[in-house]
Amino acid sequence: MPAERALEVELTMRAAPGAEHPFSLELTIAAPPGVTILFGPSGSGKSTTLAAIAGLVRPDAGRVALGDDVWFDTKRGVDRPVHERGLAFVFQSLALFPHMSAADNVAYGIDRALSADERRRRALAMLERMRVAHLASRRPRTFSGGEAQRVALARAFARSPKVVLLDEPFSALDRELRHELCADVKATVAELGIPAIMVTHHRNEAKTMGDRIIVLRDGRVAARGDVREHLPSIAGEET
Amino acid sequence: MEWHPLLLSLQVASMATVITALFGVATGWLLAVKRFPGRELLDVIITAPMVLPPTVLGYYVLVAVGRRSAIGGLFESLTGSSLVFTRTGAVLAASIGAFPLVVKSARAALEAVDPTLVAAARTLGAGPMRAFFTVRLPLAAGGIIAGIMLGFARSLGDFGVTLMIAGDIPGETQTASLAIYDAIQANREREAIGMIAVLSVTAIAILYVVNKLSAGDKHAR
Repeated sequence: MPAERALEVELTMRAAPGAEHPFSLELTIAAPPGVTILFGPSGSGKSTTLAAIAGLVRPDAGRVALGDDVWFDTKRGVDRPVHERGLAFVFQSLALFPHMSAADNVAYGIDRALSADERRRRALAMLERMRVAHLASRRPRTFSGGEAQRVALARAFARSPKVVLLDEPFSALDRELRHELCADVKATVAELGIPAIMVTHHRNEAKTMGDRIIVLRDGRVAARGDVREHLPSIAGEET
Repeated sequence: MEWHPLLLSLQVASMATVITALFGVATGWLLAVKRFPGRELLDVIITAPMVLPPTVLGYYVLVAVGRRSAIGGLFESLTGSSLVFTRTGAVLAASIGAFPLVVKSARAALEAVDPTLVAAARTLGAGPMRAFFTVRLPLAAGGIIAGIMLGFARSLGDFGVTLMIAGDIPGETQTASLAIYDAIQANREREAIGMIAVLSVTAIAILYVVNKLSAGDKHAR
C-alpha cells in the first residue's frame, strides 16, 4: 500500500486574447485521499481546472503535484505528458471507445507491462465489481445510460490510478441510479486510498459523495471545507 | 479486346494508390490535427489538382521532375532511368489526381473523430502514437478507405496528366484511357468498347461501395 498522498494544485490561467469566452483561473487547492467536490455554477472554471490537472490543457503558470511526485511546475520547467501522470479521468460524455467491447475499453488503460491475459482478467474483475460483467463482450452503442456509466467507472478504476478526476460523470442519470453509483464510487476511492476530485453542480451528489468541498466562482475559490458544514449556505441545483 | 492497356492501368493505379494512401493519410492527419502557419494554404495547393486543367498540371509536373530539373536529375542518377515518358512517370501522373481525394477524405474523417475520445485514450496512459493508431485511425477508417477507393478510381481513369508526363507509348505507358482515345481517333471503336465497359463498371462499382461505406460511418456515430 503506497503512502497516502495529497494532490496539490496551484493554477493561473487566462483565455487567449480575443477568445470568445474570456475567463481567468487563479486558484490553489489541495485534495487529500478521499472525495473532494469541486462545486460551482457553469462557467466557474471547474472543468478547466480538472483538464489542467490532467494535463489536457496547459495552464499559464502553476504547479500540480501528488506528494513529492511533480506533474507540472512552470518554475522548474516540468510538464509531464497526460499519459505519464497515472491518473484516471471520467468524462461527462463518458468517452467510451465505440469500436471496442466493454472488456477492451476497460483493459485499454491497464498497465501494458502485464500480459494480455492478465489485463483481460483484471478488466473482467473490475466489470464484475461494477456489476456489469454481462456487458463484457458488448459494444457501448448497446448500453443504457447507467450501464455506460458503470463501464466508464470500471475503465477508470481498473488502471489502479493514483488520482481520479470525475467531470460531472452522473449528469445523464436519474436520481436513484445516481445515488447508487455515488456510493460505489465513494467506496472504491476509499479502498484505493487515493485523492478523487469530482466536479458537480448537484447539491445532493456533493452531499452523498463528498468528504470535502471546494466552491468555485469566476475562477476563484469562494469557499472550502467540510461538505456538511458548507453546503447549507451554498446555492445550487437541488436534485 | 485489348487487355494489355487495362492491365497496365490496373498496375499503374494500384501503385499510385499505395503511394497516395501513405502520403495522403499522413498529409490528411497533418491538416486535421496539427496547427501550423500556412495550414489552409497547404490545403488549397493540395486541392488545386482537382480544378486545374490537366495540361496545366502536367506542365508543372514536367517542370518539377523533367530531366533538367533537380528532382528529375536526382531520380535519373539514382535509377538510371528518366521519370518522364516511363511507367514511373505514369504512376506519378496517376497519383496526382488521386492525392487530393485521399487527403480531403482522410482529413475530414480524422477531424470527425470526437476529440474527447482521443483525450480519454491519453488519460488512460496512451502516448500520442498509441492514441492515434488505436482510437483516432480506427474510428476514421471508413472515411479513409472510401477516400482511398475514390483515389484508385481516379488513378485508373487519368488521361491528361499521364499524356503530358508519360506520353502514349504502347506497351509502356499507354493506359486504358489513352488506348481508348487512340482507338476512337483511328476509327477502331470495336477495340475501345470493351475497355470502356470495364472502366465504366469499375468506376460505378467503386462509387457504390464508397457510398455504402459513408452510410455505415453515419450509423456508427
